[in-house]
Amino acid sequence: MTKGKKIAMYVFLILASFISVFPLYWMVCAATNTSADVLRGRIIPGGNLLVNVKNLFAAQDIGTALGNSFKYSIVLTLISLVICSLAGYGFEIYHDKAKDAVMSVILLAMMVPFVATMIPLFQMFSKAGWLNSTIGFILPTISTPFLIMMFRQSARSFPHDIIEAARIDGLSEIRIFFQMFMPTMRSTYAAAMTITFMNAWNNYLWPKVIMTNAKSVTMPMVVANLTQGYVTDYGMLMLAVLICTLPTAIVFFCLQKSFAEGITGAVK
Amino acid sequence: MSKPSMKLSLDKKHNLTGWIFLTPGALLILFMSFVPMIKALILSFKTGNGGALTWSDPIFRNYSQMFKDTVFIQSIKNTFFYLIIQVPIMLILALILASILNNRNLRFKGAFRTMIFLPCATSLVAYATVFRTLFANNGLVNLVLTKIGILSQPYSFLTHVWSARIIIVLALLWRWTGYNMVFYLSGLQNIEYSVYEAAKIDGASPMQTFFKITVPLLKPTILLTAIMSTNGTLQLFDESVNLTDGGPANASITMSHYIYNLSFKYVPKFGYAAAMSFLILILVAILAFVQMKVGDKRD
Repeated sequence: MTKGKKIAMYVFLILASFISVFPLYWMVCAATNTSADVLRGRIIPGGNLLVNVKNLFAAQDIGTALGNSFKYSIVLTLISLVICSLAGYGFEIYHDKAKDAVMSVILLAMMVPFVATMIPLFQMFSKAGWLNSTIGFILPTISTPFLIMMFRQSARSFPHDIIEAARIDGLSEIRIFFQMFMPTMRSTYAAAMTITFMNAWNNYLWPKVIMTNAKSVTMPMVVANLTQGYVTDYGMLMLAVLICTLPTAIVFFCLQKSFAEGITGAVK
Repeated sequence: MSKPSMKLSLDKKHNLTGWIFLTPGALLILFMSFVPMIKALILSFKTGNGGALTWSDPIFRNYSQMFKDTVFIQSIKNTFFYLIIQVPIMLILALILASILNNRNLRFKGAFRTMIFLPCATSLVAYATVFRTLFANNGLVNLVLTKIGILSQPYSFLTHVWSARIIIVLALLWRWTGYNMVFYLSGLQNIEYSVYEAAKIDGASPMQTFFKITVPLLKPTILLTAIMSTNGTLQLFDESVNLTDGGPANASITMSHYIYNLSFKYVPKFGYAAAMSFLILILVAILAFVQMKVGDKRD
């Protein structure tokens, strides 16, 4: 490769990285500045963080929203991983014609857009008394075709010899799953966990539909509410955005490596 | 003769175990996707406000009515504008970035990859709020543009029809390019690197390598990302609500946003909204089918 081309490549990458990072950098800086400084275009961190924290917690019930978001997302992720991996394992390890047929029907559900099921789900859930509840938040997205497919794919690379050996040792089928499959497929679980937690945390449409009570709101809903008012304190607003972003960013960074490995397994 | 029968019963037992394992997941999908979908179809043939719904007369009234609904027509146009402009640009950009980052001699590869993927760690509401603030009348973009003299006075990006739509496209590109890039990078890792080295020895230009090796070998992944992005774009909601609020005057509203407004913002028109949502379902199915056909053809 010529030197000119090489330089062009690096310039392109640096530009792409700058565009990707700058809005986030700006958000972090704005969270530490006064609203007036933000409007003046200050793009270095300031000393107003604690004042913004105080204002934000006075304006909105951040504690409740954060608690709810963590509760909904963690419960959903744990249940979802167990149910989807169990299903994916079941479809692959014990596969036969009937199960393959059921799997293709499940894959069809990937095409069903959420807006098409949202209204009946809302009617069903309000009749069942599940508005403003954790079960109402999690039930529609516990089992997703994407995750089942992902675990089915990874079960394909799980050696049958291990299963046979475990059976000879007298391990029951469910224990083979929990004691052999789960520990072996750590990277798939990490990828699935990242995806599920992020989707749950970031979900906005569904909680906006069913969380009608102020005590049940989630963090993204609070951020959206903050921009609805007339007077906007930009420092405070960006602090809320930052708080809303941190949990998913942390999960992502902790699991980044396994995430890439898990995705590789899923698209093979 | 006891051995074969024991094997048979063991097979039966395993078969049953498989069914037990997959039942919770399968039942949840049945009751959370397929049952509501059928309920939505039935609902789409009913009319009325709030809870009191009756069969519409004629039965397709909701469907014929929605094609006379100017806001709905506008929302279809907007959604397809986002789809046709944003998805190809994003996928091409992601492919280019991935093939550059796949180069073994590149330095700081990990740092570049992490930075470009970083936007995916943000929540949709969060990044929409950041973009809304950056492009506001008194936001940073206007400040910079007026300071360096490109604009004489702040331009109201979010209240002009085309700039509002283009900002949604820019925001989507920012959020999702890195996400698709990761899929391509994973796909590229499955391609033997020696293929690239052989091409280099044979004197293939980077352009030729890209079109003759990378694109054909990544076809399944490209198909997957194309279907996922199409599906996602047809369901756009968060950006429309939080970035432009569908405005100015519904000029940037998406189909999902309009359906939400009809169902939950004003007096609920569940039947009418369900008919629209069913149209989206049909659109998603048709587009996925077309993409799969096109994806198959080049083999």
